[in-house]
Amino acid sequence: MEHSRHTRVLVAKPGLDGHDRGAKVIVQAFRDAGMEVIYTGLHQTPQQIARVAMQEDVDVVGLSILSGTHVALCQVVMDELRAQGLGNVVVFVGGTVPPKDVPKLKAIGVKEVFGAGSRFDDIVQSINTHVATRRG
Amino acid sequence: MDHNTTDMLEVGIREFRAKQERGLARLITLVETSPELGNSIFSRIGESLAQSQSQCHVIGFTGPPGAGKSTLVNAVTAVLRGEGHRVGIIAVDPTSPFSGGAMLGDRIRMERHYLDSGVFIRSLATRGGVGGLSPATKDVLKLMRAFGFDYILVETVGVGQTELDVMTAVDTVVVVLVPEAGDSIQTMKAGLMEIADVFVVNKADRPGSEELRSSLRVMLGLAAKRGPWEPLVITTQADKDIGSGEVLEAIVRHAEQLRQTGELEVRRALREERELLDLVSAHIINRWKALKDRPELAELASQVICRRIGVDRFLNAIANLA
Ligand code: B12
Ligand SMILES: Nc1nc2c(ncn2[C@@H]2O[C@H](COP(=O)(O)OP(=O)(O)O)[C@@H](O)[C@H]2O)c(=O)[nH]1
Ligand SMILES: [Mg+2]
Repeated sequence: MEHSRHTRVLVAKPGLDGHDRGAKVIVQAFRDAGMEVIYTGLHQTPQQIARVAMQEDVDVVGLSILSGTHVALCQVVMDELRAQGLGNVVVFVGGTVPPKDVPKLKAIGVKEVFGAGSRFDDIVQSINTHVATRRG
Repeated sequence: MDHNTTDMLEVGIREFRAKQERGLARLITLVETSPELGNSIFSRIGESLAQSQSQCHVIGFTGPPGAGKSTLVNAVTAVLRGEGHRVGIIAVDPTSPFSGGAMLGDRIRMERHYLDSGVFIRSLATRGGVGGLSPATKDVLKLMRAFGFDYILVETVGVGQTELDVMTAVDTVVVVLVPEAGDSIQTMKAGLMEIADVFVVNKADRPGSEELRSSLRVMLGLAAKRGPWEPLVITTQADKDIGSGEVLEAIVRHAEQLRQTGELEVRRALREERELLDLVSAHIINRWKALKDRPELAELASQVICRRIGVDRFLNAIANLA
């Protein structure tokens, strides 16, 4: 049968920053690219994000962080994801991440970082590549 | 079946049997992917499904977009949790016909239950379904029943008059309306209004809710009765948790009545019959699609269309073609 699996993405805003424009435009962009997108809303704890990711069985967790606390937040989110058995979910980060922090995030297990001014096409293409690899 | 899918199936079934939510989540993805995967799954977890049939009550929440369906599901879930029940939630949102993508936003209203281990929420996109649910919703319901929830709440997409699939999927239908809908009640009569077991007039803080309530009552008084049950009308302010207890009471009364009168069995039997017909027709359609370019069928097909031979001969032919 030619049924295909849709790409499911969770877009989440961990922590206390209230900048949600980026998250909202990203949700739209993913939907327009044919993905099924779940948006959690603002101020999510890492535990909440991981549990939602588990129930929704998403391929990708996208974190939008504009508070400057991305390294600490991502560390906890990755731990919680692993605690839910989701260690191999593809994690993307966007928002205000200075270039010097990108290697730190990748060392924690974040797959890609897309900061201010990123093009939707590039983000979508990168997600598709990572999801294809994950599904083998 | 590719490797990845086989692995996911094996792991999913093992986790599901161990009552791990992760297994339920994985199996939902698989039944959404194809009905054939559904067969492989249900043939192996059928026992728990059979056992669970009677205990679990399934409630549908439907109504126009923005009426407060998600908010009400959130509020009713809180009441159910207060009573110690385990709750499964299926929230359906529309797939964009242009991109095939979807924004699944219902669960934003259910945030207070994210960390509750007694609540499992799954968002589904309609994926071509036109009746307010997705094609896989009934299979997802089966999985959730077998997993052992006491109540399953199903939220449809925002509907008008004709998206009535929910009626054939659940035990109790709750139709959520808002005062702004008052004027359109007359036109709605034909669809939504006839499938409701419980009416909720939400956003009671807005002007016009009393009027809506009385016009519903009048309408119900005039309507031909569908059975012994008289639909109840409950007023709520879902975002303030006002009235959600009464909504649950109405649902429970309906559930009891369904049991006492034997109507529950009748409804479930109708539902099963409908499901059987859906499965059979989907099978025949798929079989036909796979074979329709075969020359030996072209002649038969045209003879069926002219009514020169019966459909049974045609079905025999497509069943027996290798
Ligand atoms: C608009 C804005 C606000 C608005 C927010 C409105 C809203 N609802 O979003 C308001 C005025 C409320 C605001 C308030 C504040 N702000 Co402000 N704000 C901005 C500003 C100017 C633009 C942000 C924006 O909306 N950009 C447009 C969107 C589309 O871009 P984006 O979010 O970057 O998203 C893009 C990418 O990052 C990426 N992306 C984003 N998310 C994701 C997710 C994934 C998965 C992926 C793949 C990609 C991705 O894709 C998008 C498209 O390219 C930035 C400065 C800046 N240039 O970034 C400061 C900025 C973010 N704010 C800042 C601060 C300090 C504040 C305040 C604390 C100020 C104060 N003292 O009160 C408050 C805090 C508010 C709060 N509750 O958190 C700082 C943050 C400092 C830091 N990170 O270290 C910034 C960087 C300004 C600065 N240079 O100091 N702010
Ligand atoms: N004023 C008022 N707003 C409400 C009430 N219940 C829900 N809402 C709001 O109505 C909007 C739509 O609610 P939602 O549950 O998403 O509606 P749905 O589309 O039917 O699922 C949200 O902003 C809710 O906060 C209510 O009783 N009164
Ligand atoms: Mg909703």
